[in-house]
Order: sequence, then C-alpha cells, then structure tokens
Amino acid sequence: MIKHALHAARRAFSPGLRCFSEASGGEISEDVFERAGSPRLTKQASLYVHWPYCLRRCSYCNFNKYIPRENNDPMMTECLQRETETLLQLSQVSCITSVFFGGGTPSLAHPSTIAAVLESVSRRAYLSDKAEVTLEVNPTPVGKSKLEDYCRAGVNRFSIGVQSLQDGDLKILGRDHSPHQALQTVEEARRLCPGRVSVDVMFGRPKQSAESWENELSELLRVCDDHVSLYQLTLERGTQLFKQVLGGEVTMPAEDVTAEMYQCARRTLHQHGFLQYEVSNFARHKAVSHHNTSYWKGRQYIGVGPGAHGRFVPRGEGGVVREARTQTLEPDVWIREVQQRGHGTRRRIQLSHLELLEEVLVMGMRMSKGINHKHWELFSPQLGLHEVFGTSNDIQELLQSGQLILDDRGLRCSWDGLALLDSILPALLVMLERQISQRD
Amino acid sequence: MTYTLLRHRWMKRLPVFSSSSMVSTQTDKDTIDLSKFPVDRIRNFCIIAHIDHGKSTLADRLLEMTGAIATTDKNKQVLDKLQVERERGITVKAQTATLIYSHQGQQYLLNLIDTPGHVDFSYEVSRSISACQGVLLIVDANQGIQAQTVANFYLAFEAQLAIIPVINKIDLKNADPERVETQIEKVFDIPREECIRISAKLGTNVDKVLQAVVDRIPAPMASTDDPFKALVFDSNFDHYRGVVANIAVFGGRVKKGDRIVSAYLGKTYEVNELGLLRPHEHPTQKLFAGQVGYIIAGMKDVKEAQIGDTLYLQEQPVEALPGFKPAKAMVFAGMYPMDQSEYQGLRSAIERLTLNDSSVTVQRDSSMALGAGWRLGFLGLLHMEVFNQRLEQEYNASVIVTAPTVPYKAVLSSPKLIKEHGSEEITIVNPAQFPDRSVVSEYLEPMVLGTILSPDTYTGKIMTLCLNRRGIQKNMVYIDDQRVMMKYLFPLNEIVVDFYDLLKSLSSGYASFDYENAGYQAADLIKMNILLNGQPVEELITIVHRGRAYSTGKAMCERLKDSIPRQMFEVAVQASIGSKVIARETIKAYRKNVLAKCYGGDITRKMKLLKKQAEGKKKMRRIGNVEVPKDAFINVLKRKDK
Repeated sequence: MIKHALHAARRAFSPGLRCFSEASGGEISEDVFERAGSPRLTKQASLYVHWPYCLRRCSYCNFNKYIPRENNDPMMTECLQRETETLLQLSQVSCITSVFFGGGTPSLAHPSTIAAVLESVSRRAYLSDKAEVTLEVNPTPVGKSKLEDYCRAGVNRFSIGVQSLQDGDLKILGRDHSPHQALQTVEEARRLCPGRVSVDVMFGRPKQSAESWENELSELLRVCDDHVSLYQLTLERGTQLFKQVLGGEVTMPAEDVTAEMYQCARRTLHQHGFLQYEVSNFARHKAVSHHNTSYWKGRQYIGVGPGAHGRFVPRGEGGVVREARTQTLEPDVWIREVQQRGHGTRRRIQLSHLELLEEVLVMGMRMSKGINHKHWELFSPQLGLHEVFGTSNDIQELLQSGQLILDDRGLRCSWDGLALLDSILPALLVMLERQISQRD
Repeated sequence: MTYTLLRHRWMKRLPVFSSSSMVSTQTDKDTIDLSKFPVDRIRNFCIIAHIDHGKSTLADRLLEMTGAIATTDKNKQVLDKLQVERERGITVKAQTATLIYSHQGQQYLLNLIDTPGHVDFSYEVSRSISACQGVLLIVDANQGIQAQTVANFYLAFEAQLAIIPVINKIDLKNADPERVETQIEKVFDIPREECIRISAKLGTNVDKVLQAVVDRIPAPMASTDDPFKALVFDSNFDHYRGVVANIAVFGGRVKKGDRIVSAYLGKTYEVNELGLLRPHEHPTQKLFAGQVGYIIAGMKDVKEAQIGDTLYLQEQPVEALPGFKPAKAMVFAGMYPMDQSEYQGLRSAIERLTLNDSSVTVQRDSSMALGAGWRLGFLGLLHMEVFNQRLEQEYNASVIVTAPTVPYKAVLSSPKLIKEHGSEEITIVNPAQFPDRSVVSEYLEPMVLGTILSPDTYTGKIMTLCLNRRGIQKNMVYIDDQRVMMKYLFPLNEIVVDFYDLLKSLSSGYASFDYENAGYQAADLIKMNILLNGQPVEELITIVHRGRAYSTGKAMCERLKDSIPRQMFEVAVQASIGSKVIARETIKAYRKNVLAKCYGGDITRKMKLLKKQAEGKKKMRRIGNVEVPKDAFINVLKRKDK
C-alpha cells in the first residue's frame, strides 16, 4: 500500500521535469552533450542519507556512528526530512537520480522514516519510480524481518553487511550477527529484490589466511545475488581492534598476504561471471550500483544527516561553483542545528577548477572503464586527456609497463594497474596540476 | 690567610648596587695597580682533567675564594659560558680568570686558564699550556685515571710544566684516593705525597691547592725591562668592539694608546682597551711582563688576531715567538639545511660560529639529494658534535649532518695529474673525488693512537672490538690491580662513527677512550658505489678499506632497503666495487596498493592523502626509475641515532 501511495506521490510532485533517465534506473545516458555547469551536471544529483545510530560498536569501525541513549528516532526522521528539503531547495536540482541510506545502521531506522524521507525528496524533485533506492542492512533477525516493510517504503536495493562467514571472525570484529543469520537475510532480500542485492565482505581480517579466504568466498558465491563489494579491513586509529593489534593480542595478515587475497578474490569472482567495475565492486548481469557509480563519475550528490558529505552547486543562492559540503558530525548537535537554523551544514568549501578535476580523476580512475574522453570533457572542455597526460615521462613509463592505458576510449588502469592505483594516482595528480597551472 | 675581595665589573650587574656604585667601580679599577705585581709574584696555570672530574667546579671555588665572584650556591661552572658546555658538563673554549691571592703577607696574581678536557680540543689546551708554567691535573677519586687524564698529562709533560695532581671528589661514598694515588704514581711517575686530596664541591682543601700553585709552580720567565712582547693565545669576536685578543705578556709592558704591531701581518694597531679577565673583562691601565689579559686594538676581523701571533711595540720590533701549528681538521661531515629555503640562514649561522672557532674548516659542497650545503672539517668527533649542537642551540638552525668521513690521501703516479694538482700527494675530502687506482701509486689513510682505560673484566671484549676495527695493539699496562690501560693504533676512519658508543656499551660505561693523531699510513682503499637498479648514487659513494667493504656495503644496503618505500617494480639495492657487486638487498614490488573503498563520504580524506603523496613525489630524488625520499639518503648518510 505504502509503495503505491508513494509512486502516486512522486508523480504528483514532479511537475513535468525531464530527467536524463534510462529505462534501467537512475543511470544517466552518456550521449547527452553538455558542458560543466550546465544542466547536465547541476540539475541532477544523487542523495545520500546518513542514519548515525548503531546498537553497538564494531571493533574495527571509526565511522561516524553513535549508540543512542534514548529514542531520538522521530526527531531524527523529522530533521532528515527538513534537511533534505533544505538542500534540495539550495541545490535547485530537478531530479534525484538515486538514493542511498547508509550509516551507522540504517536498518535500525523505522521503515516509515525511509518512506518519509523519500516523500520529502519527491516533494522537491523528480524521483523516478525506477530510480535506485538502496538501504544498508545489518543481517540480524530484526533487520531481516523489516526488509519487506523497507521495500514497501520505496527501497528497491539492499546492501547487506555480511562481512564474514566465519563465526569466530564476526565475534572479533564485534558484529552482532551470525553467519547463518546473514545467509537468511540475503535469502530474504533476494526474494524481495531479485537481482538487486549486494553483499559486503571483508578480507585481511585478523589471523585470516589466503586459503581460508578462498574457501569462504566460494561459499559466499553459492548464496549471493549479483553484486559483491569487497573491502580490505583497514586498521584505524582509535578503534578497539587497533589497540588489540598494538597490544599484540591480535595479528593482522601481512601486506603480501592481503595482496594475494585481493588478487585471488578478483580471479574467483571473474570466474563466476562477476565483472569488476570498480576497485572494490563486482557485478554480474549489469547489476552495478548506480548510486556509487555516480560518485565515481564525478556527479553531484547531496548528503543529508550527521557528518554526511555532499558535492553540488548551491544554485538556490546563486552559486555557480561546486562546493564540498559537510554536515555537523554529532547527531544531537546536528538535530539542534536543523531545528533552530533549518540546516545542519557545518563546512562548505568551494572547489577550484583544479580541485574539481582532481576529484574527477581520482574517482574516475577507480572504475575499470576509467575515464572516457567524453566524461573528461564534461569537466575539462579545454584540456583533453591526451593533452594533460600524454606528454609526461612518468606516465609514459606507466603506459609502457602496461599498468596504465591511454587510447581513443580514454584513460584507465589495466587489470594489474588497478591493484596499484594508489601508486599511479600521485603521478597523474602531479601532471594534472602542472598542466592546469600552465594554462592559468 | 686572607683573600682580597675586589669589586669588579661583574658585580655591577647585581641589582642591589645603585647607580652611584658606578663611581666606586670606576675607582676600583684603579685599585688594581698591576705594576705592584712583579714577575715573581705571578703564577700562570691551567686545570686539566677528564670529563666530569670536576675541573670547572674547582675553578668556581678558586674564583670564590679569591673573591673574583661572590660565594653563592649559584656558581656552577662559571667559566663554562656556552649552553653546550653547561649541558654536557664540558669546557669547549678556554677561559681565562685572574685571581688575586694573598699568601704569607704577599699578594699574588694567579692567572687561571680553564681549558677544554677533551683532546679534540687539545689545540686549545696546547695554546693555553704555552701561556702557563704549571697545571692542576684533576683526577676523580672514584673513577681514577681516565683516557683523557692520560692524554692531557702528556700534553703538559711534554711542555715541561709543573704538574700538581689533585684528587677530587673525596667526599663521595665510593671515593678511593689511595688507589688513585697508586695509579698516579704508576702511570705518571709522580710521588703520591704530591697529590692533594680535595672536594671541590664542598671546598675541602681547596686552599691547599692555591698554596701549591704559589709554592710549586714557577713564576714566568719574563722581565719588565725587556721590550714589549706578547703571545696571542686566543681570540674572540665581539660585534661592537671587534676582536678581543687574549694575550700572555712575555716581556715589557703595554698600555692604552700604545701602537702595537702584529708580527704575522705586519699591521699596526692602537691599543683601545686592555685589562684582566676576572673572568669578566676588567680594564686596567697597563699589562706587565708575566701577566695574562685581554687587549682590544681595533682589529675588525678575527683573521687579524691570528692565534699564535706575536705582538710588539711599533718602535721596538722583536723576534716573533714560535707560535702554533694551525689546527688540522681530521673529521669531515656534510652539513645541509633541512630545507633549502633555510640555506641563507644556516650560512650566516655557520659564519658567525666559525668566527669564534677558527679551527673549523668550511668548504661549499652540494649534493643531489641534500641540495646546497657545506663540507666542514673538525678536529675530532666531539668537536663536530659540539659545533652542531651550538648551531642548533645558539642559532636555532636545523641541519642534516652526514656521516663523518676522514681526509684520505693519494700519491699520484700519473705525471699529467701531478701537474694538474701541483703536487704528487693530494688530500681527498669528498669521496666523489677519489682518484682511480690506475693513476695512483698508493693511498694513505689517517691514523690515530688510541688510549683505552677500563676495568680488566672488559679486556677481552675490548680487544675483540679493536681487532674488528683494524686496531693494532701497541701496549697494555695494569695501572692498578683492576684497571688496564691499552694503546692501539687505529685507522681514524674506524673510530669516527660508532666506536666510542660501542666501547661504552660493552663496558657498561666504564671504559674511557681518547686518541691523538698519528700521521698517515698506506692503506688498501677502494671506492664503493651504491646502485639502485644498476644506477650509481653519487651521494652514497664511500671510500672503504678493502677488508671492510663487504660489511660496510651490506650495512648501507640494509639501511637503504629500510628507508626506500616499495615501488611498483622490484628495486635492487647493491653495493659494488668497480663492476663487481659485493652486497645486495631487494625491495619487493608493490603487489597491491589501493584503498579498499571510496564513496562520497571518503573523497575528502582520500584527496588529502593523495595530494600529500603527490607533493612528496615532487620532492623525491629519482635515481633511474627509482623514486627515493630524501630522508632515505639522510638515514644512510647521517650518523646513527644514539
């Protein structure tokens, strides 16, 4: 019922706006030829909504999350709605191409919160009923039981934090679910959104070996849907795990071992028909995440919720330059600000032309397809990829060693090069800065 | 026994004195009538000792007891003016203080010259000694004779000075003056009865030291009837007044307004100010034969006050005194600003510091890795450390100091090269300029004679260490039933970096070490290259003894391996002699270097990190295709952290 009502509402609140939308979802067609600063880039955006609360703290996580002392949910919902409207108004985007509910643990939010935010979106902008709406799910029995209601609220894609299929590892990581519960949640999600379920898995976990990882991955491939996100566990300062490693209680696998795990996962996933479309994302049957893809393609996004980041031109106040925006971090303070001032933006920094191109480059190169000439031209109409990168010795070496490819399609990493992207990017950034500063 | 308390310039700074005291100070100056001190009532002496044996504390007591400074608890190392001296408890720069002392109804002028303890500064010691007739040789009652005690003793002994052994710190719980007297008897052949047991800290028996100075040290051989003749034994530079020269008057008298000549330059100057150092400058009207003091005569450049120079009156030329051999740099190190933008600042800091330490040689140098800098020559390791510390503390300059090297020599065989260099023998300070074997008939390396004193339980370990450093034992003597003195001939190169630290650690701090230069010896030296993926690294060229090439090369490769980050390809770090590789380490290629996830909320942080890497990349030094961070070379080149 809710779903139908919402669709009706979307139609009602979209006064004839055209959106460059493909039939498959929120993906924007590539052949539209427009300039940076023109509607192509500034009239649409994706939306990220941050739910900051968690039931407990995972041992590895230093993300912006809070264990709530009291039930703030109704207030949080109200503020998320208000801020969504504020930022949509400010950005003047006419079309939201995708929505992503992340956290924290957004599957702790009541489905009505999700519905409410989506309604707010539809009130201010066009949100196609085919637009991708993803929710991150913690695979506990409670999370599982709410999936259907989330679907009714408008969610059409689930990203499930399976992390590991080893019970012991889940305990070390401080997760509050078992492998069995995770598998059940995946099954239920697939039933509700067939072909639109992603699983998150983590490698490089304490004491993990390359061999056990390979087995675990095979097991996962038997049950997963068409999308896998692969993360290496990074040891962050200030986490419990960091202390344990420092104190010698826990050992992390060596660099060479995690490198082997990564390569092994890439091979295995490839053999099962999964295409690696980004450094840590794999999809089959074209089930890529449109929302995340729009980050890598350098498109506008609006971030709502404590600590959320955004990148957009505030056309509502006459802005013409893209801004990097951050919302206030602490949920209580954020709520107060939204209530009192009508917005929770803490920081806004105008991106220079160079900074914008740097982001486009860094994010674009994460995709296995890299940056094609049209994509680059959208942001840098004056200076093509060949002109920026074609002349440098450093880059010639990368091209010759086969790690980087620059051809008539564009600039991208080779299969081997992608695993070394962070060694390649500094060379590209140095060259970009040199070329841009020469032109200025 | 009475001590004359004179008011002096130093006291002017005390706040209790009102401005009217200026007048009395003025008259006080005239109360020292130096003509009242004939030569036979003058004693010139210095104090020599191993580090920490209490030389400066004794000097403080002597100053207090003769009223040169007020007696308070705050007099700690009054003569050690430099921060580095106070921190390290060492004396770097000789200081002079004139004490007025009453003994058996007579007033004596005692000129105390406080000298550095370490033989690195033995040029200071020998200069000071030339102005003295006697020395106080201080030995710690607990530690006994140490390496520098021996070295300093011989300096005084060779100069034929009266030596008064003083055993200090008898108040300590573990003091064993008996044993130290035995050592003094055995090592220095001085009868034990001549030793004076004191506690400089508590002042115990310090008066006996003063009596001994008067009784046992001969008066200087000088006559006021001779023409004026003075030795410049030290000089300082003052920005306002120019050069302040410390002089010992060997004959005649000099007064304000006299026209004097420098025998070295032949230049004439007019005396503007002269006086005693008590230890602060105390102007007087005249200085007489046998006395020690300072003179300011309009010299604008330190080079005009050449140490060892003779001064005489314009109208009465005299034959110049023998002077000193210039101090010779024995340890060289590169010094570079941490950042090239600090080059000018560092340059002026080095210039100012060398104004007061003419024994440091300065040569411009540049390195691909470290940029523009200097190669500085020092008299020894401590000298280098002290210089560096003064640079950092007094001039707030942050510097990169490369591993010290020694001056090698090569005897050229090619007539063409001999003609080019103007001599058959050349000195090589920069390893990059090491001439090829084919044009050289032999290489020479500087040698030192090292003295090690240690409890005999460590003898075995010490001998092994010395053997590993190509040391040749010259002799070994028990100075008492537990302590051994060993003499070794070492190549200087083998002891410049970490020898002293190793010696200290293997003897739990009990062994002491000192050395004196012992000329040059033929050596089988070779040039070692460090290669990165086959490309030689100019700044890492090292001259090594053939027998030590492998271990040195291996150590350098290991240090480089640890400080060069992984690259996208494998990097071979090699040490080679000619075309032959003698050591190798491999830096494995990155197999993966990419952050696991990057979404909307991660961009800002990720960009910051990458921009920092891109900035760092610009500063990398490229050797072939290998990118090397600057600090990688610094890690290899600099001295090891202590």
